[in-house]
Order: sequence, then C-alpha cells, then structure tokens
Amino acid sequence: MTAAPETPAPSPAGPVPLAAPRRLVGVTVDGEEIRVPEGSTLLDACETKGIDVPTLCYGDTLTPRNACRVCVVEVEGARTLAPACSRKAEEGMSVLTDSERVRHSRKLVLELLGSSVDLSTTPGVPEWNERYDAAPDRFGPRAEPAPLGERDARHAGEHAPVDGAAAATVEQPAKDDNDLYVRDYGKCIMCYKCVDACGEQWQNTFAIGIAGRGFDARVSTEFDVGLPDSACVYCGNCIEVCPTGALSFTTEFDMRQEGTWDEERQTQTTTVCTYCGVGCNVTLHVQDGQIVKTSSPHDNPVTHGNLCIKGRFGYQHVQNAPGKDRVRGGGETME
Amino acid sequence: MDLQHLDTPPSDAERAAVDALLGPPGSAWEGGERTGADLRRADGGQAARGRRDLLLPALHAVNDRIGWISEGALGYICRRLTVPPADAYGVASFYSMFALHERPKRVLHVCTDIACAAKGSGPICRTLEERLGAPGHGADPSPNGSPDNGPRPDGHSGSEVAWVESPCLGMCERAPAALAIEAGDPPGYAVSAPADPDVLCAPPKARPAGADAAPAPSSNGHRPEAHPTTFSPEALAPMPAEPSAEAAVPQAGDPGLLLLGRIGAVDPTDLDSYRAAGGYTALRRAIALGPSGVIREVTDSGLVGRGGAAFPTGRKWAGTAQRPEAPRYLVCNADESEPGTFKDRVLMEGDPFSVIEAMTVAGFAIGAARGYLYIRGEYPLALSRLENAITRARARGLLGEDILGSGFSFDIEIRRGAGAYICGEETAIFNSIEGLRGEPRSKPPFPVERGLFDRPTAANNVETLVNVLPIVQMGGPAYARIGTGSSTGPKLFCVSGTVARPGVYEVPFGATLRDLLGLANAGAESPPEPRAVLLGGAAGGFLRGDELDVPLTFEGAREAGTTLGSGVVLVLDDTVDLPAVLVRIAAFFRDESCGQCVPCRVGTVRQEEALARLSGGTGDGADIALLRDVGAAMRDASICGLGQTAWNAVESAIDRLGVFADVPQRRTLPLTTAAPSTTKEAP
Repeated sequence: MTAAPETPAPSPAGPVPLAAPRRLVGVTVDGEEIRVPEGSTLLDACETKGIDVPTLCYGDTLTPRNACRVCVVEVEGARTLAPACSRKAEEGMSVLTDSERVRHSRKLVLELLGSSVDLSTTPGVPEWNERYDAAPDRFGPRAEPAPLGERDARHAGEHAPVDGAAAATVEQPAKDDNDLYVRDYGKCIMCYKCVDACGEQWQNTFAIGIAGRGFDARVSTEFDVGLPDSACVYCGNCIEVCPTGALSFTTEFDMRQEGTWDEERQTQTTTVCTYCGVGCNVTLHVQDGQIVKTSSPHDNPVTHGNLCIKGRFGYQHVQNAPGKDRVRGGGETME
Repeated sequence: MDLQHLDTPPSDAERAAVDALLGPPGSAWEGGERTGADLRRADGGQAARGRRDLLLPALHAVNDRIGWISEGALGYICRRLTVPPADAYGVASFYSMFALHERPKRVLHVCTDIACAAKGSGPICRTLEERLGAPGHGADPSPNGSPDNGPRPDGHSGSEVAWVESPCLGMCERAPAALAIEAGDPPGYAVSAPADPDVLCAPPKARPAGADAAPAPSSNGHRPEAHPTTFSPEALAPMPAEPSAEAAVPQAGDPGLLLLGRIGAVDPTDLDSYRAAGGYTALRRAIALGPSGVIREVTDSGLVGRGGAAFPTGRKWAGTAQRPEAPRYLVCNADESEPGTFKDRVLMEGDPFSVIEAMTVAGFAIGAARGYLYIRGEYPLALSRLENAITRARARGLLGEDILGSGFSFDIEIRRGAGAYICGEETAIFNSIEGLRGEPRSKPPFPVERGLFDRPTAANNVETLVNVLPIVQMGGPAYARIGTGSSTGPKLFCVSGTVARPGVYEVPFGATLRDLLGLANAGAESPPEPRAVLLGGAAGGFLRGDELDVPLTFEGAREAGTTLGSGVVLVLDDTVDLPAVLVRIAAFFRDESCGQCVPCRVGTVRQEEALARLSGGTGDGADIALLRDVGAAMRDASICGLGQTAWNAVESAIDRLGVFADVPQRRTLPLTTAAPSTTKEAP
C-alpha cells in the first residue's frame, strides 16, 4: 500500500497546520473556463459554476463508485462519457454537461432505472425525468414482483427464458425482519453506498455485501440470513446514505404503508446525542409531536453523518407516553 | 478485524479441502482447535487480512472436492482468511461455476452459444431435458435445498447428474461441445465434442476417492511424482479422452508457422521436447538483450494486444517498467471467453511451455518478480498442461531464483476463473485475482500505474505473449516486415461454423477474409456459401456473405466498420436463424454483465427483451428505435468494454444484414416516445 504523505505533528504552541495550498487547474465547462483546486472532481467543478448535475450513487461522505452513470459528462476527445462524480479535473480538460450525448445517456439511465426499480421515494427523479424527457414506461408493462427469497436464490450467469412481454424489474416484497429498520430492495438501485458505509469506509461491520451478478446482483447478508442473524449492529449508517428509501426506519416504513407519512408536517431539529461523551449530532425528524426518524448532519467534522444504534434508534424514552408507543410485534408498552 | 463468523462448522471433507490448500490452521483464531494459548494471543492485522487473494482458490478447493459450497465451508474459509462472510458470499455468488446449495457431483455444461447452436446444441439440450430433467444446478431454491428430481422414465434417479446451458466453452471447432466436471478428490472432467447425449447421460461410475491423487510411496521411500495437476488426468468414464490440440490446427505441420509451429510437433507435457524444438532460446536471447533491449524489440515490432483492444504492447511494457513503485506484476490473461474464441486454449493445450517462456520474457522486460496466469475455469486440460509445464520449468531452474544464471528471479502462479466472462476485462481480472468480485475498475488510474494489488501491472493476452518469442528471436524490425504497415505480424483466427475445416488458422495480417475462408474450405467439393460472418465475437460485428474482401487488419476492419476483436471468424449459412442468434448474444451479455453500472446491468436486459419481441413476431419499429437508444447509452456510459460493446453485433446485424428489415413500423400497441436514432446510419 502506498505510504500516505506524513502530516507534520502540530506543535502545542505553533500555528495550526493547514494542508499545503493546492494548485489550481483550468478546465472549460460548457465553454467557460474556470479554475478549480487540483484533485477536484468534475462534479465539484460543475458545482462551482452552479451547474446542476443529477447524482444517485454519489455520496458526499463516501468514495465515489460511479455505478449509476446518471452524472455522466462529455470530456472532449474521450471515446466514452465520464462520470462527473469521480473523474478528476485535469489541466486543459474541456467538458460538456448538456450535450446531446450527455442528455441521451442521462435520459436512458433514468428510464432504465425507472423501469426496473421502484423510484417512488427517490428525491429528484420526477424533475430529472422531465428535464431529460425520460419515459420509464416505454419498455412495456412491468413484470410481476418476485416472491420473497426468489431473487436471492438466483444462480449467476443464467436467467429464465424471456419473451419480452413484460419488462423485468427487481421488485420484491420488503424484508422486514427486525424492529428497527426495513430493507425494501424493490427500491434498490445498487448504488453500493450501504455496503461501503457498513464496510471499510465507515462502520467496519461488514454485515452486507453485493451478491449475485448482473441484473440479479443484490445487496445481501451471507446466505441471505435475516439481519438478527447477521453481523449487523443496527447503527443505521446504511439508512443514512441510502438515496432511494430502500432502507428506512420501521416507523417511516409503517407510516408510509398507512399513508400517514407527511414530510410537509415534519420538523427537523439537530441536537446532541445524550448517550456518551462523543457528542454526535442527531437530527430528530418530528411529525405530530412524535420522533419518526433520526439522521445526522453529513458535514459534522467528527462523525460525517454516522451514529451508533443508541443515537440512531434510542429515542423512545423521549416520547414514552402511555398509549403512544410504536413498539411492534406485540412488544410490551412501558407504563 | 472483529468479524462475526458463521456458526455452522465445516464437514471433515470441507475442512480437509481447505486445509489442503492453506495448510492446517495456526490457532483457534483462524478456525483451528481452541487451546488455552489462544486466549493469550490475537491474530489479526495485515498478516491475517493479507491473504485475501486466496479466497478464490479456497472456494475452488471446496467446490472441486464437494461440488458445492455450504455455509460451514464458507464460514471456515472466512475464518481462515479473515474475510467477512457477507463479503465472501458476494464473491462466491458472483461466479457461475460455484453453487451455494447442494447439487449433484457431476455437472454437465452444454454449450448453447452461437457456434454450437448452429451445429445442433438445441436437439442435444432437448434430449438431456428428457433424460435428466430440466437444466439447472440440480437443487430447488427451497431452504432445504434437496434436489427435487423424481425418478426418470429411463431409470435415472436424476440426482446423479445435473446439466446446465453454458456460454461458449471455447471448443467451437468441435461444436456442439459439452464439458462434464465431477467433484471429487481429485476432481475429474471430460469433454464430449461433438456432444453425444448417450455418453453424457450415462450414469457416472464411482471413482475411488483419492485413488489417483496420491500414489503410494515407492520402496526406497521416495515419493513418486504426485500428479501436479488439479484435475485427474483420466477422462470421466464413459467419456472419451480429448483429442490432441493438433486436431484444432488444420495447418499443423506447415513449416512457416510462427505461433502454431510446435503444436503437434512437440510433446506438450515434455520440456525436453520443447527445448529440442527451439524452446527457451528466446529467453536466452532476451537475457542477452537486457530488459530495455527486449522492450525496444517489442516496440519496434509494432506488436499490439491480441485480446481485442489492440493496445501497443511495447508501450504498455515501457510504461510499466518505468514506474517507480515495486513490486510490479505481470498478468497473463487466459480468461478466453469471447464466444467463438479458442486460439488461446489451443496454444495452452498444444504448446504450454511457450506461454510460460513468454511470460518469463515479459516478466524480465518489465522487472516483475511474479506473474499471474489467469485461466478460465472451463479449460481443465489447458490448466493441467500449464500446471505441468510450470512444475517442470521450475524443476529445471527456468522459473524461480536466478533463472539461467542471469540473476533474474521470476515465478508464475496460476489462478483459475470460475465462470465469468467479465473477468477477462483487464481490471476485473485484478479484482478476481485479489479475491474480490470480478467487477471492472474505473480508469484512470490505468493498470500500468495501479493494477494488481494497486501496483504497476502489465496485463497481456496469451496470444500477445506468445508473439514475443519470435520477436525476440528474429528482432523487432524483421517481425514488423510481416503483415501490413500498421498491423504487423501473424494473427491467429478462430474459424468455426459452416466451413469444411474449422480450427485455429495462422495468417499474416493483410490476408482477406476470402483468403482465410479459402484455407478453411480447402479441399471441399463445394464450399458452403456464407450468409453472414461474425467477426470478433459477440462484442464484434457481422459482415455479409458478399463482403469477404475485407482485409483482415486492424485498419481494414475499422474501415469496414467492424473489428477483428479476438480473432473470431464465425461463418453462418442460410440455415441459421439469425434473430435467434441475436437473442442468444443478448442473453449472453445479460448473463455476463457484472451488474455494477446501470446502462449495462439494465440495458442488456432491455436489449434482450426487445430482441425477444422482434424475433418472436410481436416487435415493431419502435423496438428497433429502442434498441438503438439503449445501445447508444450502453456504448457511451458503461464503465467497461462489456457494456460498451454489448450492442455492437446486434447493431451490425440490423444495419448490415438487414435483420428485422421487414418488421412493421408500428403494431397496435402504442409503445414509445422513441427519440430519433443517434447512431450511425446503415452503410
């Protein structure tokens, strides 16, 4: 492994060590030349210029996987399009963000995802569909959802014969095997963010991985065991990074099922977790006087949006009024 | 690492299979017996995690001996290698040759790809279905996983043998092909090509466990040479032994052959035979030239990669050699899986020492101490030949420390794929070797900067490497005089389909397709009239039967709007159902997509669905527009070459061959808001 450059140890009384000033590189974005710090991505460059680039698998706290390809841009001279989220800006690069090729690929990515995944809870999709004139229903009627467990049993490198009468989807019933959160993989776009957050990028728990191959690739525990039998520690950091609502608090999932989830009526209050001395920030999402879920600010310099099970799910004591509990599965209500 | 492991213990056989590869466990921390001393130690850190690259061999070890990978076996592997179970499950479920539920020991892989379908794999599959039941890995997806095959009319229990439809097995010259693999110690295999259902369906004979694995020590206590090969050398009864590689080389014996010259002329298992035929003179010459001298000759020769991408080999080697990081690696890409390609198999089966020698020369040139030879899992004979060749070369000091007294040390490790076309992609192959899922990486960084284990790496195809031997011997400029100005040297073509003598042909660049087919039809009374020729494989393109004057050079193919790819020349006549061929190509790409990026993961599915409608008679012009739209996005926005080329053959069939030219513009169903085509117009 390459050795990281050594950071000078801060002397107690000396100046606060700042990173060496970064060189600027000049890139042309949509015909206009801008200068961005060396190491910036094309997405950073677009943001500098105020150009809105759609992103799905990009996570502000994670290493880009550039899997969804909705952020592709045209780099002049390159044979194929480049993912803005991960391609670094280079001196003299000329980038088009709204060329015909870019619009076509973004439109198709939205159509392909929309036709195979339930994007009903993915923010941004309706506007992007309109912007790129995407029609996800053009591939024909959607195939019936698979029964639970069927997709997990599929063997790599083979699939059932196809007649083209219906468009295959990844839809299946939600996996609801614990009290804290639900995995609704019919909404999963395979962005890899939950796997990265669970694994070596943040939590180092490795409860989930990508299993299978091709269209049957899925997020899975080993042998598809339920979460209580897996290595999961219920930190909920996967929920924090999920861009589509495939992973959600049980409270949110149930309220959406009941039709009572209403973000218009919710307030968000960021406070400090009371459990230990680290002092993580917790954002409480409150609807009708009840905490319905928690999140954590991604720009927190210490935790970057990560929490533990206590900060994430341990809020019941705040609202433990009799008769108001949301304990499921016949759980006891504390008096 | 603080990992939660699976509780199920491995069976004795599973434990033995893993221990045979990794040695006995050092402590309870990696799955051994718990002792009091274990409480006072903790194994971890880089030492424990650093063997992740043994995950794929360990999965093979269990799958080879048991036939499938149980929870207990996977759990034990995870403990031994400090790999999270969810991660290892993701790797095991990535490969089609591994099963994660119980299945019969013997699995028949019946090739249904283009060349074999054209030669009648369909009727064979129907016969197998009658006799053995539906294809599949022999287990139902119910949690208990017990095979639910009732007794068959012909008395088979149905549970002794499972059969599956396979992508191209690389035996197109003997189409239709079938490969039987039987788990055991050692595992056995046999090839039936042309496939004979009677032989395939015959009940397997029990092989005595371990019988041919470890011969008894001789009387002087010296252990006779154990089989150095993974697979038993005996073909599974009652199937016939494989014909020699020479049978796939119609030109065998022609003294002018530079690459195929030794096939049939030397014993592929004997190093002396190879040396008597000029073997290892190139390595001596290379050592005399020195690393930069070798790179100069290769650069002067104009050699470009033969795997399909045609990147200049000299530039790749120079780029790798000048990197400051160490160690550097060489990877020989023998994951030959492009449908219709079998040249590398023939080279490895017929002249394995040349591959080993060429890798040594390459390793010398780029300053690598270790080379990895990644061979596809469906090539058991080639694997055995290479394993034997490496053992023998090592015994003679042609691999290992201080080769030929030059001070240069180099060794080769074989890694076997497990059924994944994508692992032939030059960065996916690194992930596969490292024990990760075989997903391509995004470039940049390029392999010459950060390749295998994040070190500078030169990855070369088998045929490319074998070309280095004549280059070193005759010198780069002399080699460059073969072929045309910008496509130098000889090229191997895999000719299959409706020709009189299918096989691997060596011709200098510049010969036309007509010349090549003339060779392949030499002696035939009335050569069959081709309707279409698939050039370059599933990722290549079709030519019409009247376009045979295309020169077989990189520039000639490009001018004709197609590609030479890996050298596939698959000839189809009027009897072939072209729409069905296109559906098969689309199904291939759907099956082989790694699933990482959306354009390829979903695009290949939508492509197959549209082609199924068109070939089934329910499609219309909107489906063709849809294919063009999806194809353009796959070509433009996919991460790797698989997605970028998944629409090539289909596009050329529509534009060049006029397949689907007669579908109605619109059927009753209003389907689409299709945008106008953004791809190039038909010529």
